[in-house]
Amino acid sequence: MTSTLAQKSAKATQGEIDMTRHYSAFSVFREGLKGHKGWAPLWRSPAPQDAYDVIVIGGGGHGLATAYYLAKNHGIRKVAVIEKGWLGGGNTGRNTTVIRSNYFYPESTRLYDLSVRLYEKLSRDINYNVMFSQRGMMVLTHSEAEMEIASRTVNAMQINGVDAELLDVKDVQKKAPILNYRSDARYPIHGAIFQGRGGTGRHDAVAWGYARAADQQGVDIIQNCEVTGFLIEGGVCKGVETTLGKIRSDRVGVAVAGHSSVLAEMGGYNLPINSYALQAFVTEAVKPVMDTVAFSPMTGSYFSQSDKGGLVIGGGLDRIPSYAQRGNTPTQETVLSGIIEMAPALAKVKLLRHWAGNVDVSPDSSPLIGPSGTQGIYINCGWGTGGFKAIPAGGYVFAHLLATGNHHDISRPFDPDRFRTGRLLDEAAGSGIAH
Amino acid sequence: MQRFSCPFCGLRDEREFHFAGEAGKTRPDTTQDVSDKEWANYLFFCKNTKGPTREIWVHTTCQEYFIMERDSVTMEVLGTTAMRKDTA
Ligand SMILES: Cc1cc2nc3c(=O)[nH]c(=O)nc-3n(C[C@H](O)[C@H](O)[C@H](O)COP(=O)(O)OP(=O)(O)OC[C@H]3O[C@@H](n4cnc5c(N)ncnc54)[C@H](O)[C@@H]3O)c2cc1C
Ligand SMILES: [Zn+2]
Repeated sequence: MTSTLAQKSAKATQGEIDMTRHYSAFSVFREGLKGHKGWAPLWRSPAPQDAYDVIVIGGGGHGLATAYYLAKNHGIRKVAVIEKGWLGGGNTGRNTTVIRSNYFYPESTRLYDLSVRLYEKLSRDINYNVMFSQRGMMVLTHSEAEMEIASRTVNAMQINGVDAELLDVKDVQKKAPILNYRSDARYPIHGAIFQGRGGTGRHDAVAWGYARAADQQGVDIIQNCEVTGFLIEGGVCKGVETTLGKIRSDRVGVAVAGHSSVLAEMGGYNLPINSYALQAFVTEAVKPVMDTVAFSPMTGSYFSQSDKGGLVIGGGLDRIPSYAQRGNTPTQETVLSGIIEMAPALAKVKLLRHWAGNVDVSPDSSPLIGPSGTQGIYINCGWGTGGFKAIPAGGYVFAHLLATGNHHDISRPFDPDRFRTGRLLDEAAGSGIAH
Repeated sequence: MQRFSCPFCGLRDEREFHFAGEAGKTRPDTTQDVSDKEWANYLFFCKNTKGPTREIWVHTTCQEYFIMERDSVTMEVLGTTAMRKDTA
């Protein structure tokens, strides 16, 4: 006997009701006994409805977290997340996963430390292990003068209410013996700014965890659906055109990172963004040699070690504006020679993989959150090289903006109007980290 | 590694070049009143085009500013032209 597709899908839905959705040690044990056949899919794959209360474009961390907080904090559940590829296939699944809030300006600290605090509770909140490991993050200093600036940064962080320690070279050596302590080092280590609550997380898990939690709240996650235009009626946005047809909504949030300017052109607004490739590298797995994150502003390179043992390496942007999701060789040389300068013992470790993401760089290296300029369209972009750490807070404040039409206090300073008023938040100058 | 063509020096290693900005912007006329919005547009806002672009680059070793047309997806260089006016 043959059954129709509709009957089949009804059966599938029926079957899924008894499937295991909650994650716990007990459910892992029980599923283990049943050959792990009872796990429910993490999210549904519904066809798009004709209209939603809010549409979020971009299924990266920021888009998915926005959808989750729209439902959880504001009770807005008729929400669609529209992703042209697969969830986390943009920068969220390509980043080096450093989480920290070691900024200089109070405005930045409020935003990024909200994020760290949300990360601290996230695995429990969404019942999904995002593997946030607070192994600490250090920014090295290489001269006496840098030590003075570092103590100013540590003071600023403490005044802003964030944990910060000034380490001398002995403390650094205790935490990261693999670094270069030779007296003839080109960049001798003098000390470091240390944030103990910083660390790393699991990037895919952040995307998948938020997606699953949003889906459970009723959010429709629509993958393989590209937004190709906006429905503009009388100058006001009324929805989007996609490869799966028109979808209507009075409020559209755009969180597409490196593609923000492409959407801006479709939506009739302007952005101060340049897109660049940013590369990352992972080595073969080695024994545990590094249990914190170290960044050297002098070389621009940083690394940590993943739970699997691979060294996860990052550095500065490629210097040619680009929409290609691949990097160029001069930057590879710069980043990797920086790592060898930081830890010469790593010179012979083999690279396993390297790749690039497409990041959205703003003139003051701070994000842009606010109305786009076209009524009905709101933007969340400009995170550049450092928006993974900001996913929970970015989603939290963007959901507030989409739900209420007004800024959350924390996102107000990041409105794009700062480029007109001149109140820039230049963290590249402030904290010495270009994110 | 790419090579870019400086109109003055010819093909050189990409590391010798620096991206200066998007081509085709006009500086506001400062003999008139200039609004904050006009300044912001001139200083910060840009098209950031995906695909064929026209940009101003500088060859840092000889300090020649020139227009480079490129494709920002394939990274292919489509051509470079000098910005200097003919002195002859
Ligand atoms: C190599 C690298 C290392 C990094 N390291 C760190 C780090 O250590 N710490 C840190 O905090 N940050 C880091 N970042 C930055 C961080 O990854 C990003 O800022 C962050 O992931 C941005 O999240 P997002 O959701 O805004 O964008 P993305 O994750 O890029 O998601 C945007 C999504 O929009 C989709 N999209 C685009 N156009 C359309 C369209 N027309 N229709 C539908 N969907 C569309 C894309 O497919 C994409 O999935 C790094 C980035 C890179 C590339
Ligand atoms: Zn030249």
